[in-house]
Amino acid sequence: MAEITVLAKKKHVKKRSQMKSIWFRYKKNKLAMFGLILFITMTLVAIFANFIVDYEQVAIKQNISNKFQVPGKDHIFGTDQYGRDIFARIIYGSRISLFVGLVTVAIALTVGTIIGSVAGYYGGKVDNILMRIMDVFLAIPHMIMAIAIVAALGQGLFNLLLAMSISKIPQFARIIRSAILSVKSQEFIEAAKACGTKDSRIIRKHIIPNAIGPIIVQATLHMATTILGIAALSFIGLGIQPPTPEWGSMLSDARDQMRYYPYLVIIPGIAIVMAVLSLNLIGDGLRDALDPRLKN
Amino acid sequence: MAKYILKRLLMMLPVILGISFLLFSIMNLTPGDPARLRLGEFATQEDVEKLREEMGLNENFFIRYINYLKDAVRGDFGNSYNTNLPVMKDILARFPVTLRLSFNGICLAVLIGIPVGIISAVKQYTIVDTTSLILALLLAAMPVFWLGLILILVFSLKLDLLPSNGIDTWIHYILPSLTLSATSIATLIRMTRSTMLEVIRQDYIRTAKAKGANERRIVFKHALRNALLPVVTVIGINFGVLLGGAVVVESVFGIPGLGTLMINAVKMKDTPTVMASIMFAAMLAGVVNLAVDILYTYIDPRVKTQYL
Repeated sequence: MAEITVLAKKKHVKKRSQMKSIWFRYKKNKLAMFGLILFITMTLVAIFANFIVDYEQVAIKQNISNKFQVPGKDHIFGTDQYGRDIFARIIYGSRISLFVGLVTVAIALTVGTIIGSVAGYYGGKVDNILMRIMDVFLAIPHMIMAIAIVAALGQGLFNLLLAMSISKIPQFARIIRSAILSVKSQEFIEAAKACGTKDSRIIRKHIIPNAIGPIIVQATLHMATTILGIAALSFIGLGIQPPTPEWGSMLSDARDQMRYYPYLVIIPGIAIVMAVLSLNLIGDGLRDALDPRLKN
Repeated sequence: MAKYILKRLLMMLPVILGISFLLFSIMNLTPGDPARLRLGEFATQEDVEKLREEMGLNENFFIRYINYLKDAVRGDFGNSYNTNLPVMKDILARFPVTLRLSFNGICLAVLIGIPVGIISAVKQYTIVDTTSLILALLLAAMPVFWLGLILILVFSLKLDLLPSNGIDTWIHYILPSLTLSATSIATLIRMTRSTMLEVIRQDYIRTAKAKGANERRIVFKHALRNALLPVVTVIGINFGVLLGGAVVVESVFGIPGLGTLMINAVKMKDTPTVMASIMFAAMLAGVVNLAVDILYTYIDPRVKTQYL
């Protein structure tokens, strides 16, 4: 009697899809959820910035009589030396940081995938040549590579995008190549080939779904470092040009005023930390959720 | 061992060559006429042409590249477009400063990061562990220059303890080195902690415990050595990031190093200086990687057999 009940019970247990179980594991990680919520909030604020504060009036227009207001009633984060509301500038700054971060990773991922998958899948001479070229790029540290490209192309938003994405392409190419290599050597690929499956189908249905996990984790973490890189470049004056608000250049402006108005330095920095932290937490959370075996 | 070092150095050559070609192409195939920039908007076309002849800008691209290489090998990296003085002079003057700063940064990172990581692993799930992890998370999310500004704010402006500019005495190096080490500290804490945790679970540790060895002996003699392997590699890889950070830190603390040279050269489109400083930075990163690999063979004797 007992066995029949057990068997009957088993039939009702639904098989959870892989995506659902990944999400379930992710949800259990409190830090990761915090990161996700924080990031979504920041994204929403960036998208709907127009409805919160007006751009021209508040973020750009100078109002010297209003300058150096300490954070308080009228201006939540205070004003800078030109009388511009810091709160508004932070919100619009988030647009730029998140946008450039996203687009940079998107470009680097796309180009890197093409290079990496060609190298990984076909191997041999092609692989060798491509990887030697990537090694040359990788020998130059990121920031310095970006500085070199800005040196050649000049400053500005588009060139910044180009500089940051080009400096990231080799890393993504490597990651994708190794992801493809690790999947390629597994037995089920050999089995598929033995069944006579076409190459393209193997790539589509077997290699990509298994390789995509680590790729997404790396993409998230790289977006975080890109945001840091954009801020750094803008800080030294090679990134976003004034008067466009950007967290890094806000910090650069604040430097001279630091002695008497420390809030100018503290607040944009916290914004950067929140953005980068949330992305780091999401990336780590994804990594743990995708492969629980890796966790201690 | 010497043979291995030589082999590695030789392998670095094509990479350096590749970098020089890459940079040369980037600098010279993009808009902007150095002669025009030097003479200004109001110079006549004749003068610009004359200067172009003088600077050798009208010759074929590849010929110019070969000439550049020929000079570079002899130590002549050209003259700065702005000061017309040999670039090598500036670099030789500033390179040691950056070297010292980076070196301090790594040392601090290792001295602080690794012990904290070890303690964190040994006392897993205690308050010490949680604090270190939170610290690592925050440090990793902070922009290098912001940390520098905050440190200046606290230690120089409010407490008036440490200097914030220049490099006159060793005290001047404290804040910049600390700032620079921050990201590496974060990485090392996490890395050391996770490798230690893995190693502690291994069988040979359990054997040592069963034999009755006290905890200290286990940690230092057995666990540490094995846990340090991946950490050492990470230090090497992280050096590139550190070097990029050094560029920014120099800017924050007003340190006359390779980084500020590079930044100013970029802003003024001084191609020879930009190229030379970037190549030096890349060579530095390469040498550090090599040093780390050699260090690796001393920690893990098994690796040595590959290279003999």
